[in-house]
Amino acid sequence: MIKSLKVLNHNLSNADNQLSILENELPRQTAFRNKIAAFGYTALQPSGIEVFQINIGKMCNQVCKHCHVDAGPDRKEIMTIETMQLCLVAIQNPTIKTVDLTGGAPELNPNFRWFVTEIKKLGKHIIVRCNLTIILANKKFNDLPDFFKLHQVEVVSSLPSFTAQRTDSQRGDGVFNDSIKALQMLNAVGYGVANNGLILNLVYNPAGAFLPPSQAALETEYKTELFKNFGITFNSLFAITNMPISRYLDYLLVSGNYQKYMDKLIAAFNPSAINNVMCRNTISVSWDGFLYDCDFNQMLDLKVKYPAPQHLSEFNIQLLNTRNIVLKQHCYGCTAGAGSSCGGAVAI
Amino acid sequence: MANHYYNSEDLGKFGNIGEYQKPLADKFFDYYGEVFKNGALTEKEKSLIALAVAHAVQCPYCIDAYSADAYEKGYSQQQMMEAVHVAAAIKGGAVLVHGVQMMNKVKEIAM
Ligand code: SF4
Ligand code: SF4
Repeated sequence: MIKSLKVLNHNLSNADNQLSILENELPRQTAFRNKIAAFGYTALQPSGIEVFQINIGKMCNQVCKHCHVDAGPDRKEIMTIETMQLCLVAIQNPTIKTVDLTGGAPELNPNFRWFVTEIKKLGKHIIVRCNLTIILANKKFNDLPDFFKLHQVEVVSSLPSFTAQRTDSQRGDGVFNDSIKALQMLNAVGYGVANNGLILNLVYNPAGAFLPPSQAALETEYKTELFKNFGITFNSLFAITNMPISRYLDYLLVSGNYQKYMDKLIAAFNPSAINNVMCRNTISVSWDGFLYDCDFNQMLDLKVKYPAPQHLSEFNIQLLNTRNIVLKQHCYGCTAGAGSSCGGAVAI
Repeated sequence: MANHYYNSEDLGKFGNIGEYQKPLADKFFDYYGEVFKNGALTEKEKSLIALAVAHAVQCPYCIDAYSADAYEKGYSQQQMMEAVHVAAAIKGGAVLVHGVQMMNKVKEIAM
């Protein structure tokens, strides 16, 4: 089994080392802050927090090569029930409409089901970023589709290709076949099959050092191929750009693609994507309760900027709504092409 | 001038041909852009055709560009190699079919 950068004690498991590469290695590249300033954005502020994204643990049954979380079976960071309780207090704020649960594999947190049930009691829409294979990883997870259905959870799952070769090259041997079985199980309980409110969305991200092609064309092709070959249906496909951080940064550096990839991101800069970057309506919470502008800043240990509170125990939505978002070179990943930040293409 | 004829960085300077003749360059790039849009064929299908043609005309810039483009659009290594074989078969066939012309000539003059 491949190990996480953290367990390997890899240079890039340290956020400062990643930032030093991103900020200093390519000094001729325009700083993201200056780039957006040229379009009138001297700072970026939230439009209002509507999505509360919680990383409930870095443990995962997979070790994908591009993982920006550096997740894996060897990661032990897991959100405690006490921190979950702090989340439940924070999300009572009525402007927060959606709670987005991510990881690692969020289902590996022993209190996952309790947490989903409690969030639902508060009337929030729940998204679970399910890696699909977890459903088959152990008998005790086989009923996850029914559990999701019971709580009307929106399921968002990665599938970088409708072919085994490309999927497994990024996510590990056998992942494609298990993902297909899991998608069929989700379809079987009603996910992604009809207008019944059970939403199953797929996420495409490039398996290599390149940017995603047209989201619309991919969605059409995925729908045709997955149905023709496996009888699978789903709602929407989001095409997202890989962020040059953590394991994907390692891949770019080792394969000699780092500079070219950053050049591509910058060349594809699309000013109309600035307004729609994820950090404008999302707050990201780490397993230990710290607050970040997005999951990417979380992995770079860039906590929200003072005077916004940096920990859930001091959660204050007014102060968070008026903060300046922390922007670094990796932010070019959110403004490339149609722009994408976890939700898929956001601008035309 | 570099001491070699092809330079990969020149691919990124393709648009500069307009410096010497802008109206014609503009017309060409507009046309090029239109050709590769979705039509009766998809952008993806056109990319694979372009890859095969790039090999047939042996343009290193086009091979660079369309190897990346076809892979990014989702073609597998095997599909891309089959497209190159199509180009090779047509090129090979184009040579060999002229063998008939050679035979015709030989038959004309041979005793
Ligand atoms: S990308 Fe998702 S499934 Fe893959 S290792 Fe990371 S958290 Fe796990
Ligand atoms: S990386 Fe995070 S902070 Fe930067 S633009 Fe994207 S969402 Fe915002």
